Amino acid sequence: MAEADTPLRFTEVSKSFARGPARVQALDRLEITLQAGTVTGLLGPDGAGKTTLMRLATGLLRPDTGTVTVLGADTRSQANTIQSKIGYMPQRFGLYEDLTVQENLDLYADLQGLSREDARARQQDLLKLTALGPFGARRSGALSGGMKQKLGLACALLRAPQLLLLDEPTVGVDPIARRELWDIVQGLRDKGVTVLMSTAYFDEAERCDEIILLHQGKLLKKDTPKAFSAPLQGRCFLVTHHGTSKRHLREALQARPGVQDARILAEGVRVLCRTTAQPAATEGEQWQPVDPAFEDAFVDLLGAPVTATAATAATTTPAPATSTAPQASASAQPDRESAVETVIEVRDLCKFFGHFEAVKGNTFSVQKGQIFGLLGANGAGKTTTFRMLCGLLPASSGTLRVAGVDMRHASGQARARIGYVSQKFSLYGNLSCDQNLAFFSAAYGLRGTRRQDRLNWARQEFQLRDYRDVNADDLPLGIKQRLALACALLHEPPILFLDEPTSGVDPLARREFWQRVNALAESGVTVMITTHFMDEAEYCDNLVLMSLGEVLAQGSPEQVRAQAKDAEHPDPSMEDAFILLIQAHESQIRRAS
Amino acid sequence: MLARVWALVIKEFLALLRDKKSRFVLIGPPLIQLLVFGYAATFDLSHIPYAVYNQDTGFASRELLGDFQGSPAFQQVATIENEGQIAPLIDNEKALLVLQIGPHFTRDLLLHRPAPVQVIIDGRNSNTATLALNYVNTVLLSFDTRWAANHHWGRPPAQLVVRSWFNPNLLSRWFIVPGIVALLMLVVTLLVTGLSVAREREQGTFDQLLVTPMGPVEILVGKALPGLIIGALEGCFIALVAVFWFQVPFVGSILALLVGMALFLLAAVGIGLMISSLAVTQQQGLLGVFIFLVPAIILSGFATPIANMPELVQDLTYINPMRYFLVIVRGVFLEGDNMSMLWSQYWPLALIAIFSMSAAAWLFRHRMQ
Amino acid sequence: MNLQRLRGLIRKEFIQILRDPSAIAIAFFMPVFLLFLFGYGVSLDATRVPVAVVVDQPTAETSAFVGGLQQSPYFEPQIYTSMHSARQALMARKADGILWLRSDFSRQILQGNTASIGVLINGVDANNARILEGYLQGIWQNWLQQRAFNAGAPLIIPVNGEDRIWFNPALRSRDYLVPGLIAVIMTLIGALLTALVVAREWERGTMEALMATPVTMSEILLGKLIPYFIMGMGGMLLSVALAVWLFAVPLVGSFWVLLACSALFLLAALGMGLLISSVARNQFVAGQIAIIVTFLPAFILSGFIFDIQSMPAAIRIITHIVAARYFVSILQTIFLAGDVWPIILWNSLALLLMAAFFLGVTLRRSHKRLD
Repeated sequence: MAEADTPLRFTEVSKSFARGPARVQALDRLEITLQAGTVTGLLGPDGAGKTTLMRLATGLLRPDTGTVTVLGADTRSQANTIQSKIGYMPQRFGLYEDLTVQENLDLYADLQGLSREDARARQQDLLKLTALGPFGARRSGALSGGMKQKLGLACALLRAPQLLLLDEPTVGVDPIARRELWDIVQGLRDKGVTVLMSTAYFDEAERCDEIILLHQGKLLKKDTPKAFSAPLQGRCFLVTHHGTSKRHLREALQARPGVQDARILAEGVRVLCRTTAQPAATEGEQWQPVDPAFEDAFVDLLGAPVTATAATAATTTPAPATSTAPQASASAQPDRESAVETVIEVRDLCKFFGHFEAVKGNTFSVQKGQIFGLLGANGAGKTTTFRMLCGLLPASSGTLRVAGVDMRHASGQARARIGYVSQKFSLYGNLSCDQNLAFFSAAYGLRGTRRQDRLNWARQEFQLRDYRDVNADDLPLGIKQRLALACALLHEPPILFLDEPTSGVDPLARREFWQRVNALAESGVTVMITTHFMDEAEYCDNLVLMSLGEVLAQGSPEQVRAQAKDAEHPDPSMEDAFILLIQAHESQIRRAS
Repeated sequence: MLARVWALVIKEFLALLRDKKSRFVLIGPPLIQLLVFGYAATFDLSHIPYAVYNQDTGFASRELLGDFQGSPAFQQVATIENEGQIAPLIDNEKALLVLQIGPHFTRDLLLHRPAPVQVIIDGRNSNTATLALNYVNTVLLSFDTRWAANHHWGRPPAQLVVRSWFNPNLLSRWFIVPGIVALLMLVVTLLVTGLSVAREREQGTFDQLLVTPMGPVEILVGKALPGLIIGALEGCFIALVAVFWFQVPFVGSILALLVGMALFLLAAVGIGLMISSLAVTQQQGLLGVFIFLVPAIILSGFATPIANMPELVQDLTYINPMRYFLVIVRGVFLEGDNMSMLWSQYWPLALIAIFSMSAAAWLFRHRMQ
Repeated sequence: MNLQRLRGLIRKEFIQILRDPSAIAIAFFMPVFLLFLFGYGVSLDATRVPVAVVVDQPTAETSAFVGGLQQSPYFEPQIYTSMHSARQALMARKADGILWLRSDFSRQILQGNTASIGVLINGVDANNARILEGYLQGIWQNWLQQRAFNAGAPLIIPVNGEDRIWFNPALRSRDYLVPGLIAVIMTLIGALLTALVVAREWERGTMEALMATPVTMSEILLGKLIPYFIMGMGGMLLSVALAVWLFAVPLVGSFWVLLACSALFLLAALGMGLLISSVARNQFVAGQIAIIVTFLPAFILSGFIFDIQSMPAAIRIITHIVAARYFVSILQTIFLAGDVWPIILWNSLALLLMAAFFLGVTLRRSHKRLD
């Protein structure tokens, strides 16, 4: 194969950065070649060097040693040639938020040197492809996350690039937008474009032709998804058990010797064993061998997350939610039939911003000890609902009772009963880990020995001891998430609000996070959560699906999936259900208007 | 309640002082401003460049010019021979003024006839020109007195005997440096409080703060205290520098100054928090601080007297807290004021402080909804 | 250099300026705000200075002297009956000075002695005190002249300064403050605004996307330079218009020379702004640096308000690296003195060198890379 046809080649590439006095090795003698006309996925935990790799490929960074050649040109000497042949979408899409969709496209058409006719034709194609046509005059800052992502992509595609580099294009984007993006990417591949994209989603990885797995700047493995999972043949099982909740089952399986990893799926609990020898099944469990997936390989190669086994033992004995709340219902086996205690009650909740109705008369309730999911496309009103529940935003009308208190007149006492982790893990960036904990413990009114106990607990439970003096800004995202969760739990709140707590967090940290959340729910804490990861919805006891401010479906994951069942989709996954229900709803609204 | 506020105060201090950048903002600019203002901002003239066009050959003109040469305020840059050389010198700013002495200067004086000296001066910077003319007049006056006495001109019927109180040598540094105490206290306090809420809003931590059991008043107090403390420390530091480095006399009551500082800081913190609760981003906060700060300084009497302003603008200065505090600082430093002499400044300042703090509290509650 | 790319960048920049309220505020609101503030709020011309007058024994002589005071537009004399009450007025800041004609004033004059006129000035505001002293000397000299004239006697002042004030005969401080302010305003637009908008591109990640296209670094720089150059010239024209028509400052020199010099200064200011933003890639830091190294010096070290000659030697040296210093000199000359070529050319040369230096360093420092 001629060198000029190789879209991207890394030869012995190393790159390090100064971070304070120390130097961080971002990439270490990396050796990679991409095949023309393929889609390659770039995966790895935080700090693996994914973004550095992307930037080296665009010529925006120079390698310390080694060479990067793109389409036969060296990035050191011919960066400009390269940049006229590639398309690149950086992590935050690189859009000018105060320019309209059309103005953004015009700018990039000019920068790519397209003639006016070419530009118009190409823009028309791209607007059709991305379905952004009706929004040409809208400022890109006012677009939803999914639309921004598509516009960013359209800008990168203006001059039909030979190599397309996408840095985490699907972070914080809902399943529908993700699916649309993939349709576009696949269409490009069919036209012979080479695509390199980094992602945190395993289902996306599965759809790639090849996967590059990075870890601490080193290449762990580069192969097809099949080749990744092939060695695990015979080590994967689907376990079901009637009469036990999937959560308990997972907990039990994870603790069993010989089991490397256990995760919850729609059908049951998926188990990855350490060897092909199947561990002993207990009574009532059905073990069924299944084909290994890329996720299994990922876990296998990078090691299972640190298990938070201590969680169940050491966590909270939650303070009673109300004075009437019997402690009994917090027992390890919450019996849904008998002790149903409603902790969050929402009736006819409305929110207007000016004339725009962001939340349209929603009703739902959450029982104690449940994990309750709030799902929806970008702009469905999830965050608005969430902020109203936490007392950060007043409701326009309707009732809103959290822990028996009307949040519309939320007092300090009511707020003392909730813990809240916001979307971006809002911590004081230039305060150290310990200082953040100390501040929040005081803010929640803890004092004396109880305060010391809780601080020790947080450091122990969330494994923050190594980071005590590190500024929150300098923490890896996964640790930041842990710290944020620790801060929200210091005062042992009976209710925990988590707003997209896993967005942008690497897969291992996500798993670890869910283990903690499960343990919390087991100990009787009510957890309310929003997420874009549909596989995470399976962890919820109950969920509501929102679209355009309305509740489309609610119930257990099974019930929600069942609602989407039709002839074409006899057994929809949660993601299918999500897309089907929301698309049906949106088209219905469009017809009506 | 107290423990929570205290925790917030400690957190604010840590957030301000742990970060190299914000530490610099608190320490760097004030120090630079102190030095620049202390040394560069002066209305006192020295080394006034002047040229001499002397058509007289007698001893009187030499004696007069000797007086100018002996004065530290003047520096001769040229001696010229004809009228045509004057314009280029002044036009090109080589000389600020030209002393032109007529051909009959000595003869006229010896004949007891008044002899004029022409002073041609560059009026582009009118303040400098006014002051330079005063300096020239002072030299001429002392020459006159001496000449009249030595050459039997008779005595003038009356003479001005000028004494200036509080600042006998009329050093403008004594005027400017105490003013900097007020200026920098205002700047630092506004920067600390004006951006603090906006910063938290931008980083998303403000929501985190709001879901804790802290009430709006607690947050407000927790945000106000760091501004008060830092402003007070910085004010005291600059006052010490003024006394010990710039050698500005301090003759009044320390207590009177501290009371004034406290009231002024309360007013400033209230204004800072008002800006803070209105600003959504730090950029808006900075712009708000700037838009308040510039007129507050210019219309305070810091550099130019309020009395020179148009009346409408003068009325406007009554709502400017800096106006009152400047009187207090300068009064205490130079005029030896004590508390009882400053009541007329304290009460308006207290009124502004009460108003700004309650407006901040109201806005704070209002914006949190 | 590709014109299409450059045009695209410039158009983008203008759209952003028009939609960004803070850019509008800095570019249009601030100049007007500052001009009004300085035009109306700042004046060094003391008029109607309150002076306490104490006449121990009123006579024809004293009333002649006090009459001169009363007729002067500079004073607002207030008659006090005792020195004690006048002192109290001075302490209470009701009067800036005291003029004391003692009881023996007329007697001393009649006896042919020199009577002393006591003047007590509050010296806290040294500048104001000096001006006041000068005014009082003028009153005194007038009084002497009037007396000599009335008596037909020769004047007993041997040497009298005859002042000829060029360029600003009325010595209106507004006439030099307002032109000088144009330098401050253009610094604001050229350095502060430019530093902020470039830092914003880094902050929002748009610079990364921009750099990954075939655009060259000089195109990116020009794409910033041209729009803000136009904005800066707009701000300058606005200021000149206000200065001439609203504040009635004479424009003696040529408008075109003014325009050319302003363009030079603006290039230097833009160069500084771009250089700052290439060092500081976040708006907060860029804003801080821009205020400290461009805005404050333009205010204090440029000769705009404070006389450079009178500063200590070390600071005088520092002023040579302040671009605004050269421009303030040009501005005050063109407005009040006319086209004085040596001043204009030398200062322009300095501006040219600074512009070349800042733009050159910026270009050298800017690479199309993120590290």
